[in-house]
Amino acid sequence: MTVKEIADILGAEILCCGELADQTQVHSACGSDMMSDVLAFVKDQGVLLTGLVNPQVVRTAEMMDILCVVFVRGKKPDQMMINLATAKGIILLSTEERMYPACGKLYAAGLESGKTV
Amino acid sequence: MSEPIILRYQVDGDDFVSCGHASEDVKRTLKNIGFPASVIRNVSIAMYEGEINMVIHANGGVAEVVIYEDRIVITLTDTGKGIADIEQAMQEGFSTATDAIRELGFGAGMGLPNMKKYSDNMKIESEVGKGTVVTLEFLLND
Ligand SMILES: Nc1ncnc2c1ncn2[C@@H]1O[C@H](COP(=O)(O)OP(=O)(O)OP(=O)(O)O)[C@@H](O)[C@H]1O
Ligand SMILES: [Mg+2]
Repeated sequence: MTVKEIADILGAEILCCGELADQTQVHSACGSDMMSDVLAFVKDQGVLLTGLVNPQVVRTAEMMDILCVVFVRGKKPDQMMINLATAKGIILLSTEERMYPACGKLYAAGLESGKTV
Repeated sequence: MSEPIILRYQVDGDDFVSCGHASEDVKRTLKNIGFPASVIRNVSIAMYEGEINMVIHANGGVAEVVIYEDRIVITLTDTGKGIADIEQAMQEGFSTATDAIRELGFGAGMGLPNMKKYSDNMKIESEVGKGTVVTLEFLLND
């Protein structure tokens, strides 16, 4: 699935690196508000869904080689976070969906949960 | 490469927003040198966990990264409150983090075990009231 498809499924706004959305292929995703857990359990999930908004979300994504972060419940990162993500080539999306339906819709569309470490 | 490459960073304890810049720079440097992706990932995750710990538990400190031909050694030195019981701190789920830290997305008690998992050797030296030194070693020849 491409990140563009994810944005379409979630009716999400693409906040940065939109030019990469068509060509970025992802196979699995994870959802968490705890970056500690993302750092401890994520293996090769390309997408992170989260309700947490602070710069460490983008840094955690960078360390875990996550390609796309989806902010749920209509949350929007500030310009500093957008700049950080732009510099790293990480696509940021924002959707009005809550965490559970957002994850459910992507899972139903074939985006798996993948392995954990 | 014969001479080791030495990188040093001041980690500001009051600055949660820019926390991670040292790990970010190390990741970029290792990429530029051309290390395998798996090595870069192990080093980045462990160092970032350590950098976060220095900010949320210890008021910042100094991170030093030495890149040798056959290994990478990271030393995280702080003058924070120290760790009273290191064995306990190493247990998954043990955390003294406040609710304020949890609201920032950290404090699950997974950082130190994760640093152990991603490094080949890890050493913690700590004295209550004086500070903590965490040393991480990553071997490159396997
Ligand atoms: N540099 C440090 N100075 C003082 N105490 C520390 C330091 N690093 C860790 N600790 C102590 O060890 C505990 C466990 O650390 P660990 O990194 O495993 O978990 P955490 O930081 O609380 O949560 P997480 O890493 O999952 O976000 C901390 O809660 C803290 O009490
Ligand atoms: Mg920690």
